Amino acid sequence: MSVIADYQDELLGGMLTTIQLSIVTFPLAFVLGVLLSVLRLCPVPLLRAVGTAYVEVVRNAPVLVLIAVIVFGLPEVGLTIPLFTCVVVGLSMYFACYVCETVRSGIRSVSVGEIEAARALGLATSAVFRTVVLPQSLRSMVQPLATIFINIVLGSALGAAMGVHELTGTVRSVNLLEAQPILCFALAGLGYLVMTLTIGHTAGVIERRVRVVR
Amino acid sequence: MTTEDVLFDHLGPRAHRRIRTVTLWTAAGIAGVVAVVLAQLSAAGQLDPVRWRVFTEWDYQRFLLDGFVSTLRAGAVAVVLSLPLGTVLGLMRLSRRWWIAAPATAAIEFLRSIPLILLIYFFLLGLPAAGVVLPTFWQLTVPIVLHAGAVFAEIVRAGVLSLDRGQVDAGYAIGLTHTRTTTLIVLPQVLRSLRPALVSQVVRVIKETSLGYVVSYPELLYSGKILGEFTGDFLQAYIGVAVLFVAVNIALSQLAEYLDRRSKT
Repeated sequence: MSVIADYQDELLGGMLTTIQLSIVTFPLAFVLGVLLSVLRLCPVPLLRAVGTAYVEVVRNAPVLVLIAVIVFGLPEVGLTIPLFTCVVVGLSMYFACYVCETVRSGIRSVSVGEIEAARALGLATSAVFRTVVLPQSLRSMVQPLATIFINIVLGSALGAAMGVHELTGTVRSVNLLEAQPILCFALAGLGYLVMTLTIGHTAGVIERRVRVVR
Repeated sequence: MTTEDVLFDHLGPRAHRRIRTVTLWTAAGIAGVVAVVLAQLSAAGQLDPVRWRVFTEWDYQRFLLDGFVSTLRAGAVAVVLSLPLGTVLGLMRLSRRWWIAAPATAAIEFLRSIPLILLIYFFLLGLPAAGVVLPTFWQLTVPIVLHAGAVFAEIVRAGVLSLDRGQVDAGYAIGLTHTRTTTLIVLPQVLRSLRPALVSQVVRVIKETSLGYVVSYPELLYSGKILGEFTGDFLQAYIGVAVLFVAVNIALSQLAEYLDRRSKT
């Protein structure tokens, strides 16, 4: 147990870095994902094709490959950015695809009849979105977005493979010094469990709050 | 009729003109971005054909393809093992006996809420300390199987729960036991309805094998790393790796969509 006391600061620091990575990545992925979904829904064929191509390519590449291309590729073209930023960019680019798909299926979950009814009432497209589509689809997106957030927290552990000292990376180096694998890895697992349960629980609370009582 | 059909009217002449303008601007924007990227690449000397030999010379291609074969091998083994594991775990979680359901629930939830790479580090660094030394291949595949199995268990559970309750009742009505109802009536239908999910599972596992990078198992990404270190052309090596991963996964994703469409009609 002395390992915990000895490396308290490092472990807390690692956990903090994981939280930082996730909290910076999620809004970026969200904004990029919403932009992509706008591209994929808009009536201009070329923009649709750009959105579709991005999602198809990035979603089918492993995140680690994406991060590796950024970490090792950018310095080759004369761009040196910090490792932390590389990991954030890679994760954001990857998870934006999932945000895009979530937004699209959220919009699709609104029944066609309601949209037709809104159009029949004479609402413009923007008003249809603002008053009929988004209020419903945003509610249906709470759980999937929380899942994406959880996956971002778990995905940030890939930073360890690139030398970012987030929770997994810290535990790995503490283990190298102390050779107490069971304790070290159980501790890290517990850390992730706490984070993912917190996100899941918060999402549940938000979902109940915003639920429409029919 | 789809949501897109009802959201927008049929386009009139003015909208057509507007779309044409936006298309032109977009094309110009894309051309601009490509030009900037190419200029940056050429300024850094990256456009030299010699640096792209990963794509042109057979020896380099073969090295990557060997890695690709290892990726597919690890992926295939992991998928084949994770499917029965997931099915069993999923059914255990649905059991009415708490001492069967509780351990399965705990295992599934735990495995799903820790990062795969942590599990891999445990198998890589933790188990040898406890005296269990696995070959590199299994250091990579066993964690993937556990993780993917837990994910698949949840898919199976969702499939069982979404099956018409009348099917189970009918099984009981003709005198089948709970076990026989599950194996003869529920599972065949659920597994058939899960065919698209199976293919997505393959895609997920193939992506996860890129963690072979961490355990030094010579799959595609790790081969790319070695190739990059050998030639000094990291960018090109990793782009080659990405192209192969994306190609096989897009093909599989298309298959999943095709199966999905077919099962709906």
